Amino acid sequence: MVTAIVEWFALPLQFEFMQRALLVSVVAGVVCAVLSCWMTLTGWSLLGDAVSHAVLPGVVLSYLFGFPFALGALVFGAGSVALIGVVNRTSRVKEDAAIGIVFTAMFGIGVVLISKIPTETDLMHILFGNVLGVSDSEIAQVLAMAAVTLAVVVLKHRDLTLYAFDPVHTHAIGLNPRRLEALLLGLLSVTVVIALQAVGIILVVAMVIIPGATAYLLTDRFERMLLISVAVSVAASVLGTYASFHLDVATGGAIVVAQACAFALAYLFSPTHGVAWRGGGQRGGGRTQSLLSGPARS
Amino acid sequence: MSTAAIEIEDVTVRYGDVLALDDISLDIAPGRICGLLGTNGSGKSTLFKTVLGLVSAQRGQVRLHGAAPAAARRRGRVGYVPQSEQVDWAFPVRVADVVMMGRYGRMGISRRPRRTDREAVARALEQTDLTGLADRQIGALSGGQRKRAFVARGIAQGASVFLLDEPFAGVDRRSEATIVEVLRTMRDNGHTLLVATHDLASVPEFCDEAVLLQRRVIAHGAPQEVLTPERLFDAFGIEPRTAGEAA
Repeated sequence: MVTAIVEWFALPLQFEFMQRALLVSVVAGVVCAVLSCWMTLTGWSLLGDAVSHAVLPGVVLSYLFGFPFALGALVFGAGSVALIGVVNRTSRVKEDAAIGIVFTAMFGIGVVLISKIPTETDLMHILFGNVLGVSDSEIAQVLAMAAVTLAVVVLKHRDLTLYAFDPVHTHAIGLNPRRLEALLLGLLSVTVVIALQAVGIILVVAMVIIPGATAYLLTDRFERMLLISVAVSVAASVLGTYASFHLDVATGGAIVVAQACAFALAYLFSPTHGVAWRGGGQRGGGRTQSLLSGPARS
Repeated sequence: MSTAAIEIEDVTVRYGDVLALDDISLDIAPGRICGLLGTNGSGKSTLFKTVLGLVSAQRGQVRLHGAAPAAARRRGRVGYVPQSEQVDWAFPVRVADVVMMGRYGRMGISRRPRRTDREAVARALEQTDLTGLADRQIGALSGGQRKRAFVARGIAQGASVFLLDEPFAGVDRRSEATIVEVLRTMRDNGHTLLVATHDLASVPEFCDEAVLLQRRVIAHGAPQEVLTPERLFDAFGIEPRTAGEAA
């Protein structure tokens, strides 16, 4: 029995492509898990979904013209976040509509561009990831972006939490909440691009929502939330990548299913917030307000 | 006379076609508790936002201890105690974390607390009688304790001008008395407090002065002068008899 388990884990490591796949999915898992904590607390999950879809034209253009994929994805990710902000601020369209319009428009452009891609394989790789066939340059891009993202988070994590908790106070003590919002959005864009490599465009949003949401059900301490989130995400990346090898299924899908299972367990059996103990009653959390931008209701 | 702690001069604020504040002028001296009264839509929130610099006035200006609001904010002079509805009480922060956030403007780039910061937080918690609750998650406090936690944040910050938005909403009488005591001590230490409240009955108890707002300043003075039946009828549309009881 024990030998079987050891073998289950050891066998795939003999293959270099599996080592590389594990490296990328674990690194992406760590970065996504960290960001997902703030996404959960700011209520930006829909925005994560939007950014991940909006990078499609950037990725396709990078493939077509031979740029590093990260470049095109970052330009379109950050660009669409800015565009959402512009549409939201300069028209009477509300934020959720602005998000929906911009990301579907971008995705549409991407789908049109994909028609110009020579083979079907590439399309599938963009949409669903291809971590088992990740190239050296892609690994280098992922590692570089992950290092920068984590360094910025280590430096600014208290400010990000301050902003997520109370943007008005942030303003009142002379700091700039808009700048912190932009920083968090920038980090989200980079993180989405990192995770593209592991699970593809369609499933990226899971990586930046589920680990943080799972951890949120398990603790009331932010530091612990970060740790639990990373643990859940890394475990899911490892299990998903192994499952994909042994069962011959898509890696991205397997990772996300593993994360979803972790969330389901926390949802049902969390010692403090588990539905199994509370009998399905619900407690509202999170905010949808944006006091900083909206006009006053006196 | 020394400079007013809060000086509002000819301030007019519009949202599009809606006139929110119409030529407001108001001076509040240092070391005073001023109640800000008015109905929903009377401009209380807009006035707060103008003082905080969240909305900009079309006309007029605000000065805090003689300084421009942006400079006052950078110096940490402005403390803000939000309305309950504006706080995510499920947020995973402890009471001590929230109070520490008052110190962020004074810290280095990564906001790593130093000893002076921890001491300031400890003092603020003590002053608001929250020392024993420092490690609680913020939502695990009672209504009154929650308010005091945000007051403590402003104290740790070293703010001199405090804006409190409905500090007694959802708070029972006993907690209200504790909050009032904390506010009085702050006043005696020279802080200036502008308190938006619906709770007319408590105004004469704890306010040194009151402002009745209805897009313009209807009255400003001692609470007894401001809370006359006729003025309350003008501002709130309450029958004089009921208003007299409320006051």
